[in-house]
Amino acid sequence: MSGAASTHLPVPNESAWRPTRGAVGMLCLIAAESCIFLTFVVAYLFYIGKSAHGPQPRETLELPMVIVNSVALISSSFTVVAGVRALEHGRFAAMKGWLALTIALGAWFVVGTFSEWGKLMDEHGLFIGTNLFGTTFYALVGLHLLHVIVGLVLLSGVLACAMRGRVAATHAHAVDMISWYWHFVDGVWIIVFTTVYVVGRASP
Amino acid sequence: MTPDAPQRPWTAIVHEWTVTVDHKKLAIMYIAFGLGFFLVGGVEAAILRAQLAQHSGTLIDPDTFNQLFTMHGTTMVFLVGMPILLGFGNYLIPLMVGARDMAFPRLNAFGLWLFVFGALLLYYSYVGAEGLYGESAAPDVGWFAYAPLTSRTFSPGNSTDYWILGIMVSGFGSITTAVNLVATILCMRCPGMTLLRMPLMCWMMLVVAALVLVAVPVLTAAQAMLLLDRFLGAHFFDTQGGGSAILWQHVFWFFGHPEVYILVLPAFGFLNEIIPVFSRKVIFGYALMVAATLAIAFIALAVWAHHMFVVGLSPELNSFFAAMTFLVAVPTGIKIFTWLGTMAGGRLRFATPMLFAAAFIGLFTFGGLTGVMLAVVPFDWQLSDSYFVVGHFHFVLFGGTVFGIFAAIFYWFPKVTGKMLDERLGRWFFWLLFAGMFVTFFPMHISGILGMPRRIYSYQPGRGLELWNLITSSGVLLQAVALITFLWNVIKSLGSGVPAGDNPWNAWTLEWSTSSPPPEWNFDRIPRVSSARPLWDAVHPDDPDSAYEEGA
Ligand SMILES: [Cu+2]
Repeated sequence: MSGAASTHLPVPNESAWRPTRGAVGMLCLIAAESCIFLTFVVAYLFYIGKSAHGPQPRETLELPMVIVNSVALISSSFTVVAGVRALEHGRFAAMKGWLALTIALGAWFVVGTFSEWGKLMDEHGLFIGTNLFGTTFYALVGLHLLHVIVGLVLLSGVLACAMRGRVAATHAHAVDMISWYWHFVDGVWIIVFTTVYVVGRASP
Repeated sequence: MTPDAPQRPWTAIVHEWTVTVDHKKLAIMYIAFGLGFFLVGGVEAAILRAQLAQHSGTLIDPDTFNQLFTMHGTTMVFLVGMPILLGFGNYLIPLMVGARDMAFPRLNAFGLWLFVFGALLLYYSYVGAEGLYGESAAPDVGWFAYAPLTSRTFSPGNSTDYWILGIMVSGFGSITTAVNLVATILCMRCPGMTLLRMPLMCWMMLVVAALVLVAVPVLTAAQAMLLLDRFLGAHFFDTQGGGSAILWQHVFWFFGHPEVYILVLPAFGFLNEIIPVFSRKVIFGYALMVAATLAIAFIALAVWAHHMFVVGLSPELNSFFAAMTFLVAVPTGIKIFTWLGTMAGGRLRFATPMLFAAAFIGLFTFGGLTGVMLAVVPFDWQLSDSYFVVGHFHFVLFGGTVFGIFAAIFYWFPKVTGKMLDERLGRWFFWLLFAGMFVTFFPMHISGILGMPRRIYSYQPGRGLELWNLITSSGVLLQAVALITFLWNVIKSLGSGVPAGDNPWNAWTLEWSTSSPPPEWNFDRIPRVSSARPLWDAVHPDDPDSAYEEGA
């Protein structure tokens, strides 16, 4: 009776909305990741101002450096879009250029964050075990940093394949999905930044 | 389950099953894995009950008792319920929506092996972990692992770390499977299969997958924080360093309550398939069932603090969470009436799957009602952490989830293996398990009301607890005998069971249109459907379901 289900009846209009599985899969992953981030954000907000001793956000967090880093990360969202567009149109040299620029901007952010952490540790003696501020700060920013690094690994993989001529215009959708992940990482940074540097510094 | 080609060496068969990305093989491994751990968790429970059968028991010492109830709870939730239910999703969803495989077959295999690795990590603690009492210590912090018991101070060694990592890794497995289920249901449906023509089981799994994506990562995040506390000296749950033990409870139960629905919604899905077929009627209120499921999922995200009434939250918060818990009973009740409405006036046939499904309705309703009682804050203050609670959630998870799973096993075993399970042994199994579960779990409510706390390894004589505990423990024997008849049934039917044919139950959904067992590619031709019951339409072209669809 195999395949007997195909009847001779007319098939009514099929549902027009049929997203690609890549897009659905990536959106599901982003939803799950968002819940992980939300938990850390809630913990940060929950513990704001509850550090009995040790350095406090307002005394230690400096805006100029992190704003430069943030601008680098956010602009990398635009360069990665330019890279995907170039790939869709088969302009491989341009794609490699945009990807390299994206990776450079992301790497800038990673280096910038590490140097900020170094300063916090050297000048303010703020470590993860120092107080609740240190605990929530390094955990939340570190979680985000981990995601930036994963994104950089993915993008570097694409660039390495492209250098060997293994990336064709037909891969544009897959690369686009990686760019969605990258947008997510950038979008989360806006929330992390607001939580840590705006709300966190504003409270007494 | 590999009937063909006896001339192949066993290494080739092992290799084939290890590297497979076929959703059916992976699902069989998921379910076999889960059933295997069902026996492990059952043995753990049996030892606990042997210790408690009489007052002042001396079979095991207190720390072994703590390890056993921790491992029992953790195993049953994460290594039995999750893999079996996700396994059924894996097997059935592609067949039900008329697809050749899941959306991401390799991710699917990855998810299974993550589960296996997580289980290895958890149980390796028996061999390699050091705990409070020295070497070879399994986790002993309870399945919800409250802070500050899990801090380095109170839980030295690594047994708690094995609990964290084992659950984290198997959690990643469930997240990948959830991603796969959503993508399969949304993107892989065959022509004509609109969302509202899917078997209701697909809707249940879609909602379950969504809940997994929202709830499990929250537990993962909390466990990551706990790891930071334990290894890097962070203070998330460290009360000495200003951290909050209550935060762990909030975060854990934000996961924990939806987890209950993750464990029970797939069983609802099984009933939605089985009850119409054995009532010879269309499901009563398809759209209502979908709406009730969505309502349950949303409300289930805002009831978690009913596990925390004894913490001493504000009266406003307590009232809110009590009210939300009452509210979740409404869509659940709608489902109960939907099943009863389907059965009403039908030509009922009580084969083993239907016996389990019918028992599910009664047992789950009972467990649900004691749940509503526990949502009354003062009532919960009295009975929180007592055996009443243990009885309550075993009616829900054993009478509900486990009965649903056995209904599903008896219903789909013919499709998976091509052989029918033996009906006579099936009936014996059902009645023995039904009696066993009642004898085991019903008296728990009474010992709870009489004041027996959960998780105590011993109790004194003369407090009225001896009889109820003895009855509870004796129920374990009935369950053990029941499970032996089940295992015998499986072994016997695999060998000499009646050949099933494509559609032994005369059902209407697509998985019954292909051969039993289905070929690796599922369907020779991708089906086209024009209603929710394509096999009915195929047999009754003069009176197809599509004629009754809205707007037709
Ligand atoms: Cu609950």
